[in-house]
Amino acid sequence: MAAIESNRPETDEGGMGYLQSLPRRVVTVYLPLLVFVIVLLFPFYWMTITAVKPNLEMTDYQNFNPFWVVHPTLEHIRYLLFDTSYPGWLLNTIIISTAATFLSLLASVFAAYAIERLRFSGARQVGLAVFLAYLVPPSILFIPLSVMVFNLGLYDTPFALILTYPTFLIPFCTWLLMGYFRSIPFELEECALIDGASRWQILTKIVLPLSVPGLISAGIFAFTLSWNEFIYALTFIQSSENKTVPVGVLTELVRSDVYEWGALMAGALIGSLPVVVLYSFFVEHYVSSMTGAVKE
Amino acid sequence: MAVPSVVVQPRPSILSRLSESRNALGFGFMLPAAALLLVFLTYPLGLGVWLGFTDARIGRPGIFVGLENYEYLWSDAVFWLSVFNTLLYTISASILKFVLGLWLALILNQNLPFKSFFRAVVLLPWVVPTVLSAIAFWWIYDAQFSILSWALQQMGLIDHRINFLGDPTNARASVIAANVWRGIPFVAITLLAGLQTIPQSLYEAATLDGASRWQLFRYVTLPLLTPIIAITMTFSVLFTFTDFQLIYVLTRGGPVNATHLMATLSFQRGISGGQLGEGAAIAVAMIPFLLAAILFSYFGLQRRKWQQGGGD
Repeated sequence: MAAIESNRPETDEGGMGYLQSLPRRVVTVYLPLLVFVIVLLFPFYWMTITAVKPNLEMTDYQNFNPFWVVHPTLEHIRYLLFDTSYPGWLLNTIIISTAATFLSLLASVFAAYAIERLRFSGARQVGLAVFLAYLVPPSILFIPLSVMVFNLGLYDTPFALILTYPTFLIPFCTWLLMGYFRSIPFELEECALIDGASRWQILTKIVLPLSVPGLISAGIFAFTLSWNEFIYALTFIQSSENKTVPVGVLTELVRSDVYEWGALMAGALIGSLPVVVLYSFFVEHYVSSMTGAVKE
Repeated sequence: MAVPSVVVQPRPSILSRLSESRNALGFGFMLPAAALLLVFLTYPLGLGVWLGFTDARIGRPGIFVGLENYEYLWSDAVFWLSVFNTLLYTISASILKFVLGLWLALILNQNLPFKSFFRAVVLLPWVVPTVLSAIAFWWIYDAQFSILSWALQQMGLIDHRINFLGDPTNARASVIAANVWRGIPFVAITLLAGLQTIPQSLYEAATLDGASRWQLFRYVTLPLLTPIIAITMTFSVLFTFTDFQLIYVLTRGGPVNATHLMATLSFQRGISGGQLGEGAAIAVAMIPFLLAAILFSYFGLQRRKWQQGGGD
């Protein structure tokens, strides 16, 4: 039986798909999929089309079909990049996200290795505590954190965010890396121990090189999460030039009652691009590690 | 008396002994992460509970006032409205996300052309910063130039523009729709991963036994998927319950507090209004709900696992 199982050709990916007729497949699979894709993508399409639409066309639905743009313009993007603090916000977001990601990864690598491989007494409890820390939402921490940030003199500085983002990044990365370290065979470490390697050497020469894919996914996740963070950035940063993209777009581009929809959409679009590009390069990593982390 | 010759070898230096002790080494390795988490997570959690018992304001430390904040909230209609809104928002959005996400996962699990393309596209709403996609929704829900209103008018389905965010009922439905839109990808992709671990042979066996498509889903797919559903939905419920960004962008709690969630009310009172103590009390009031949600979705769904003879 087992032999028959394993002899099954790999091309049999469709499983029992042949049992379904084509018309039935169209109704049960392709049509719903089409609707899902259209609904999930429409806001992005709308964002993009608005970002390049002249103001005249944007509000005149009588003479112009709103779903298309007749005379695309880069005016909104030019306004955004040259007449607002947007480039500064982008730079802030990049610096803060990179620093927070780096700090969290560093701390997480050690923590995950200690919990998963050193097996110090209480490692299991510490692992559980890290998991629970991930469940503490920023929405209940931002008020006490704002008091702390103020008392520490970090208010309105990038350090307020660089130091607080690890509160949700470290639990996540540690958890993800723990799963990754678990997949590295113990024998490799035992061999190294017998050869007289120290724990530090094992970590840097054996475990880390083997877990580069895990480190990359943890890094991408952490970077994306920092990039997307909003409530801390909204609470701890006040001056316009220190804001991050999500906060800046929302609080600085929305002035008076006349919304600059073109500029807003351009800001949203450009602010989304870095994470989308980053993610599209590593999408397979992303999907597999996300599911790996959740499967825990 | 001869000189004792029992000194076989020098005692290892303190450093080398430390580097061989699992506990000392473990402590050292845990130190950076533990320090950051203790200072910026555990301590603020305690500080938040303490602030809830004080009348602290921005720029004034405040003194202990016992349960005064909670007594005030207890008789505050807006607070109870926000509790109701949060529950409504969480429950309806989570159910929709689960049903639609599972459906999408089942579709994506079929043998499709361009499979990885679809998987990548579907994840987009989850990757893009919530605030930025919420701004796109803000524009889609615009009172005057809503593309949805326009499209529905063109199709002749409605005769006047929908006031998406200005009317309490519409506003609630609109923010829930936007939240569901953002949440579907996470649920779909994690459940898809769960689906792919189910062996094809089980379906083949069940089909040979004459199971219908519904029976295949009900008696093969669903039981095997339950553990991952439990974890996915625990996270989904948790993040929906504590949502802040979407509401802050779309309605800021309006119209007439109809969409105020506990998190946005906490921000409004604590940061915008400067009443740190009261804001902290609202945030602390979320904790029991969160614990209940975690316990319910985790244990409620997890129990099935041992019923089916899975691990402990």
